[in-house]
Amino acid sequence: MTDPLSPPPRKNPQKRTRVPTRPSHVRSRAALGFAAAAAEGRFMLQTCAECGAVQYPPRDACGSCLSVELNWTDVSPAGRLIADTTVRISTNVYFRERTPWRVGTVRLDIGPSVMCHVHGDVAVDDPVRLSIKLDKSGQGVMFALPQKATPNMEDDPHMREMTCDPKHRRVLITDARNENAPALAQALAEAGASLIFVGEAESWHPYPHRATLEKIANVEIMPLDVTDTASVTELAAEIGGKTDILINNARFVRPGGIMDRGDVIFSRDEMEVNFFGMMRLAQAFGPAMRGRGADGDNSATAWVNILSVYAWSNMPEFGAFSASNAAALSLSQCLRAELLQGGVRVMNVFTGPTEDEWHQPLPPPKVLPAALARAVVGGLKDGLEDVFVGDVAKDLIDRWRAGPKILEREMLDTRGQG
Amino acid sequence: MSATRKGYDGVVAAVPVTVPYERFSKESAHWWIARALRQLCAQAGVKPSEIDGFCVSSFTLFPDTAVGLTQHLGLTARWLDHIPFGGASGITALRRAARAVQAGDTRMVACLAGDTNHVDSFRRTLSSFSRFAQDASYPYGSGGPNACFALLTDHYMRHYGAKRQDFGAICVAQRQNALRNPHAIMKKPLSLEQYMAARAVSDPIALFDCVMPVAGAEAFLVMREEDARAAGLPHAHIRSTIERHNAFADDPIQMRGGWAMDVDELYGMAGLMADGIDVLQTYDDYPVIVMMQFEDLGFCEKGEAPQFVRAHDLTIDGDFPHNTSGGQLSAGQAGAAGGYIGLVEAIRQVTGIAGPTQVKDAATAMVSGFGMINYDRGLCSGAAILSGGTA
Repeated sequence: MTDPLSPPPRKNPQKRTRVPTRPSHVRSRAALGFAAAAAEGRFMLQTCAECGAVQYPPRDACGSCLSVELNWTDVSPAGRLIADTTVRISTNVYFRERTPWRVGTVRLDIGPSVMCHVHGDVAVDDPVRLSIKLDKSGQGVMFALPQKATPNMEDDPHMREMTCDPKHRRVLITDARNENAPALAQALAEAGASLIFVGEAESWHPYPHRATLEKIANVEIMPLDVTDTASVTELAAEIGGKTDILINNARFVRPGGIMDRGDVIFSRDEMEVNFFGMMRLAQAFGPAMRGRGADGDNSATAWVNILSVYAWSNMPEFGAFSASNAAALSLSQCLRAELLQGGVRVMNVFTGPTEDEWHQPLPPPKVLPAALARAVVGGLKDGLEDVFVGDVAKDLIDRWRAGPKILEREMLDTRGQG
Repeated sequence: MSATRKGYDGVVAAVPVTVPYERFSKESAHWWIARALRQLCAQAGVKPSEIDGFCVSSFTLFPDTAVGLTQHLGLTARWLDHIPFGGASGITALRRAARAVQAGDTRMVACLAGDTNHVDSFRRTLSSFSRFAQDASYPYGSGGPNACFALLTDHYMRHYGAKRQDFGAICVAQRQNALRNPHAIMKKPLSLEQYMAARAVSDPIALFDCVMPVAGAEAFLVMREEDARAAGLPHAHIRSTIERHNAFADDPIQMRGGWAMDVDELYGMAGLMADGIDVLQTYDDYPVIVMMQFEDLGFCEKGEAPQFVRAHDLTIDGDFPHNTSGGQLSAGQAGAAGGYIGLVEAIRQVTGIAGPTQVKDAATAMVSGFGMINYDRGLCSGAAILSGGTA
C-alpha cells in the first residue's frame, strides 16, 4: 500500500519555487495517439485492420503484415510486470529532480511488451492493469497500476505527477450563483481539497443556495465577477499564488439563435462570460499557475472549463450560446498550449443540457449538478483532458467523430436531441 | 546454409589502428576519423588517393555521412559505405568490405569508426536515438541505455539466478586486462568489493556495469591477401562471419541475441568449434550482454553463463582470455568505435602484434558485435572468426 500523502507545509516565500520542467515531449505523429487516448482515459493501441496484430511502439505499418491500415482501438490493459528498475541517474532535468524513478517492462496479455512507469504497489511478476496517462509534457505515457485498487494508491508520487488530484489542493470555483456550485464544492471537499474558494458576483443580490454553499467544509466565498477585469485582477492578487485548480464554471445561457433575437445584447453577454470571462481569468491567474506547476505536493495542476457539448456542433435553438462555447473551446486549446509549459493541464468538461431553468423546455436526459461534479472530480483524479458528461454529450461526440457534416444536418431538426 | 556460402579466400584484414581515446573532446567526429585514416595510411604505406574503398560508422558526424567525408578527407572512392549499426558496425563493415574486395569491386577498403564526445553530446544522442526510443523508452525516466539494460539484467538475474558478483567478475577481469593496455581510459585497478559498493545507476546496474562515453576512433584495412603479403603487413584471415537483425522479435524481453540463430553456421563455415577459439572479444556495453554472448555463441548452455564466469579466468593470462584490451567497460566507449574495438584487438591478437595485451599463441579469435537499442532490446548482432596469417 501507498503511504498517505501528508498535508503540505505552509509555503516559505523565502525559498525557491521549483521551476517547472518537462519530460521529453518529442514524439512521432503516430505516437500522438497516446495523448488522444489518455485525454479521455482510454486504453488504446494501434491494431492492424487486416491481420489484427496489436502494435507497440506505435508505427506506420503493421509489423506482421505490412498493412498501413492501423486503427487506434480500445484493447485489454491486462498484463504482467516482468522486469523493473529504479532509475537513479537520468539525463533529463525533470527526472533528475524526481529520482529515484521506477520503470518496468509489462508483457500485455494481448502480445506486446511495454516499457512503462510503475506504481509503487506493483511488484515484479504481479498482474497489472496498464493505463495511459498524460505526463507533465502533455504526452500520453504508459503507467502500470495494481490490478485491483490499493489503499491511498492515488498518493503514489509517480501517479500524482500524472494526475491532478484535488487532495490537499486549493481550488477556485467561479460563479457561486450557478446552481451547480454547491455540488461542485461538496465533491471537491470530499476529494480532500484543502481550500475551496467560490467566486461570487453581485454579492448584495441574494440567491437560494448560498447558505448550502457556506456550510460546506473549507469553502470561502470571495467576490468575483468574470465580466469585470478589475474584479478578476483583484481576486488574483489575493489568491492567485495559491490557486492550484481553477474551475471556470461561469456561463451565461439564453435560448435563441440569430434572427429570433433581433439584437446582439444576449449574444454579447454570452461572449462576455463564456469567452472573455475565460480570457480574463487566464490573464489574471494563468501566469502564476504556470509558474507553480512544479511547486511541491500542492502545485498548480489543472484548469477546468465547463463547456456545452454544443461547442462541437451548433444547436440552433441555443445557437448563439453554442457559438460562444465554440469560441471558448477554441480559446481553451490556446490556453492548453500556454499552460502546458508549466505542466498545468486544461481539462474541458463537456455537458449536454443541464437541469436548470434555461433548459427547461428541452426533453430529458439532462445533467444533474451532482453528475457534473462527479465528472469534474473524477476527471481530475484520472488526469484527463476531455470529459463528456451525460448521455447527450457522449452521443453527440460519437456522432461528431463519425462525421461532423452529417451531425450538422442532424442538428437542424432534433430539438436538442442531437 | 554454410554449404552454400563462399569463403573469404584471398581477402584479409590488416593494419589495426586505435586513436587513443579522450574522455571529452572539443574536436569533431571528422577530426577523429581523419586521424585514424592518416594513421591507417601511414601504417599500410599507402597514400589516401590509393584507397578506393571507404566505410564509416559514427553517431556524431551529423549532418555528414561517408559521402561528405570523401570530399572532406580528399578521397576518391569507387566503393563507399556508411554503417549506422552501432556495436555491430565493425563485423558488418568487415563482411561487406571483404566481399567487395573479393569480387574486385574495390582493391582495398579503409574501415573506420569514430566519434567525438562533447560535454553534452551523450544526452543529445540519447534523446534522438531512434523513433521507437523517442516514443516509447526515453520518456520513461530518461535513464538511457542504462535503464533499458537494467531491465534486461533484472530479468536475466531472476530467470537464471545470476548474481551481481557474476557480472562483477567480468568487469574486474576486464579492468585487469585494461591495466596492460596503454590506451585504456581506466588506469586504476578495480576490485570486486569496489564493484559491489559502487554507486547505483539503475538497479541492478551500478557504476562499473556502465561504459564510459569517450572520444576516439578505431580502424582497419580490408585488402587482398597478395597485397598484404607484398607490403609485408601482418594480416588476419576471415574464417567465417554472421550477421542478424531483429532476431527473436517475439521474445517478451531480450534473453538472447541474433547469434543464437546463426551460431552453427559461424562454426560450420570456419570448420571449428568453440574449443578452437583462443581468444574471445565480445561486445561489452553491459556485462549481461557478455553473458548472453557466452551462451549464444556456444561457450556454454543458455542460462549457464553465471557458472561459466565462476569457473573461468577471463584475463589475458587466464584459461579463457576475453576482451583483452579491457573492452569498452575499461578502455571506454568511443561511440561507434565501440563496435570496432574488439575486432581491431582481435586482428592484433591473431597476428601477434598485440604487445602488452598479447595472449600467448593466440591463433584464432572470435569477435562479436551487438548494437542499437532501438526500443527495448539490441537489434543488430554479428560475429566473426579470424585466424592469423599462417592458418
